[in-house]
Amino acid sequence: MSATTEKYTEAQYLEAEQYQPATRTGRITNYVDQRVGGTGIVREFGRKIFPDHWTFMFGEVALYSFVILILSGTFLTFWFDPSMASTRYDGSYAPLQGLEMSTAYATALELSFDVRGGLFMRQLHHWAALLFVMAMSIHMLRVFFTGAFRKPRELNWVVGCALLIMGLAAGFTGYSLPDEVLSGNGLRIIDGMMKAIPVVGTYMSFFLFGGEFPGGEVIPRLYVLHIMVIPALILVLIAVHLFMVVTHKHTQYPGPGRTERNVVGYPVGPVYAAKAGGFFFIVFGILAVISGTFQINALWNYGPYDPSPVQAGAQPDWYIGPFEGVLRLMPGFVGEIPLEFVIPTPWGGNSVATPVLIPMIPIAVMFLVMFIWPWIEAWITGDKKEHHILDRPRNAPTRTAIGAASVTFYCIMWGMGSNDLIATHFMLSLNDITYWSRVLIFVGPVIAFVLTKRICLSLQRKDRETVLHGHEAGVIEMLPHGEFREKHTRPSDYELYTLVAFESPAPSGPQPNAKGKITRTEKLRARLNQWFYQDRVEPVSREEYLEALEHDHHGDGHEGGLEATDRRSIEASH
Amino acid sequence: MGEHGHGDPTESGAVIKAGDGESGKYAIDNPGLPPHRPRVADEDPKAEKRSERQVATLFLISIIGTVIFFIGYFAVELSEDLQALRLQNTLLGVGVGFAMLGIGLGVVHWAKTLMPDHELVEDRKPLRKEAERQEAEQIIDDVLEESGIKRRPLIRNTLIGAAVLAPLPFVLTLRDLDRSEDFGVERMRHSMWDEGVRLVRDPTGTPIRAADITIGSAMHVIPENLREVSGHAARLSEKAKAVVLVVRMNPDDIQQVTPGREDWTYDGIIACSKVCTHVGCPVALYERHTHHLLCPCHQSTFDAAQEFKVVFGPAGRPLPQLPITVDDEGFLVARSDFTEPVGPTYWERGSTDPEGDYNA
Repeated sequence: MSATTEKYTEAQYLEAEQYQPATRTGRITNYVDQRVGGTGIVREFGRKIFPDHWTFMFGEVALYSFVILILSGTFLTFWFDPSMASTRYDGSYAPLQGLEMSTAYATALELSFDVRGGLFMRQLHHWAALLFVMAMSIHMLRVFFTGAFRKPRELNWVVGCALLIMGLAAGFTGYSLPDEVLSGNGLRIIDGMMKAIPVVGTYMSFFLFGGEFPGGEVIPRLYVLHIMVIPALILVLIAVHLFMVVTHKHTQYPGPGRTERNVVGYPVGPVYAAKAGGFFFIVFGILAVISGTFQINALWNYGPYDPSPVQAGAQPDWYIGPFEGVLRLMPGFVGEIPLEFVIPTPWGGNSVATPVLIPMIPIAVMFLVMFIWPWIEAWITGDKKEHHILDRPRNAPTRTAIGAASVTFYCIMWGMGSNDLIATHFMLSLNDITYWSRVLIFVGPVIAFVLTKRICLSLQRKDRETVLHGHEAGVIEMLPHGEFREKHTRPSDYELYTLVAFESPAPSGPQPNAKGKITRTEKLRARLNQWFYQDRVEPVSREEYLEALEHDHHGDGHEGGLEATDRRSIEASH
Repeated sequence: MGEHGHGDPTESGAVIKAGDGESGKYAIDNPGLPPHRPRVADEDPKAEKRSERQVATLFLISIIGTVIFFIGYFAVELSEDLQALRLQNTLLGVGVGFAMLGIGLGVVHWAKTLMPDHELVEDRKPLRKEAERQEAEQIIDDVLEESGIKRRPLIRNTLIGAAVLAPLPFVLTLRDLDRSEDFGVERMRHSMWDEGVRLVRDPTGTPIRAADITIGSAMHVIPENLREVSGHAARLSEKAKAVVLVVRMNPDDIQQVTPGREDWTYDGIIACSKVCTHVGCPVALYERHTHHLLCPCHQSTFDAAQEFKVVFGPAGRPLPQLPITVDDEGFLVARSDFTEPVGPTYWERGSTDPEGDYNA
């Protein structure tokens, strides 16, 4: 860079010195501003526009839950000691007095029974964690179903996926810390799953547990991950996530006045800041009331960890449900044939724990596809354009159907994570539930796909109907010649625009590459493209719309005045 | 930045005017922002005053919430009585809840009823200007050129080599995450059971006579020498391999005895590892009529009458059986260690007995 061109005049440099604030507040503000450049920040963000819609709230809920997690978690660290050193409990919870247990469990009990507000903070922390993952999940579903992950936001989608995984990791490491029977069995399952991984699995387990399960090392190690490494990564990812939101500006739903080139909404100051800031307190308040009134993880009921007892009906936190469910779903034997097998080797054979490994496949595939979905979809559709206007889910029927199928798949796994409770609460056979779920896991997503796609197409047809014929007015009128019919009222242009302003591309067919050849990959892409776009409902075209107006006009003259004006203005702009 | 039209969209002052932008693309052109609909508080000073009072009331509720928290914190005396804890927890939660909700709802109500609700329009910036991109590319070219990294492959390649190797020491230091003396997979093949080790009750450590176990009952036992292991963690790790379930059934009900296992049971008493072969949960439930053992974690079900064969669920192997008999004094003892590793399957488990250290 050359420093030869003089960009600023001497007077401009002196301007900052010359300004004399009149008030005390002004003097303080000016002092800070001259040192940190607040003017620029205020100019950039003070009136920045954020689109407003209730579905944009879930990301905020996730962010606020995380803040609450940091606050409550910090409080917990002041008393909780993650040591696995053995101690005798002498706190005020009588049933456990005198029992040998780890310091971790003893201090978790101390927090619950002897520190005032400790139980409240522990419950607040746990509820906030559940809400954190839930809000992230719903936020991701919103982003998926509205197509907000499309260019230029693909990388931010990836950051979001990473945040979800970090949220799960934070949840799992935290859940394991109290070192009671329930979380110990959770760790035991992780140990068993790790050991199933070929070649490295056994050693991964050794290195995590510092020897054989459970050992005396794992809780402090999980603690460091839980209170330092994972939150630090989450903070960095949140910073990147929000930075990119500001860079891209927020997406908006289609509607009158909204275009790909603008943002319509409320300015940060004062409305958006007030709503978003107030919303933090609402989230906090709701979590506080729940934590005060609904007990969660009553860890004094479980007793110190011991490898021999377990409770029937034990459930993991909700977000671990699918991982647990898919393990329960998998059969170990098909008939009399075991799925587990041994690869014969000169050194005695290596075991492949197929019943544990196979369930990891759908989970891994689901996460992988989630991460790269923006590129998969862009490749299939051939759509490389920037999108700032969201899709209404019905206007992307195949994507919406894929989303619904995935949600169904996830929910069946999740439900299976509670198959024992479903069995006891609904008086059903546990085995039958499991057998049926083994079928449902394959059939359910297909049904969901077909149903969702049909519902989307029907909704699109309904939109066409509304545009071409208007809303049913609920008034039956009799025409002079005796015919009865229902009166229809024409929607306003504002409503109409929302219903017609979308694209519904036709399948594009295979495209030759630069050498004029259609490659095999391109043929595959074209087939997928065909599948993606073949069932489609087109938006009402201008010709159809004008014809419908014409029809209205000739059909009966009672609303002719308004529609004639419409038609004139449409034709004039044509 | 523009603002809502206050009436007819064709004359609106918005940036997006009727028909602006992508004209002709859709059935009708973008009609621009709908006219602003004034709220009650915009037009009726009484309603405005009422909103103001509502907001202030919500803030007052917040203050009351904080007071409730103080009451819960100071006035409730914690004791061994759980009722007091419950009361305190409820007061703290409801107090903080009101304190926060009062502020939150108040501010949002303020924003929704009293602050302007005109939607504004802002242009999106193009993500990148071509001239700026070229300038940036030039800068990067200059930087690379001045560093000389392209012209000096020797420097570049040695740097890459060094940078790849430099983090390895930090990876290597993780090796001592497991510092055990018996490091490796061999330890997983052995538990504390051995010939003559008594089966004792957990946690009392009292030995068990065959007559103590009635037909149809089940109990979990540990090896007598487990109590001698010093250190809580070491004891738990040994227990995680050695915990055993003993069930007694009518000897006629035993349906299957593999050759070589004829003397592994004693008068209908049969013992197995309590650690599930699926992912390691304790197989804790026994159903006496069917002789089925069920693991509550993933519902693997094993049939004690058929040498703990898997009859349902995800487990891939039967539970390892512990050979037992009675000693001179009539107490139950193990005949040997398990003849296979207990617990979940791991890669190095194999099927055979490479070292020949299983004597069965």
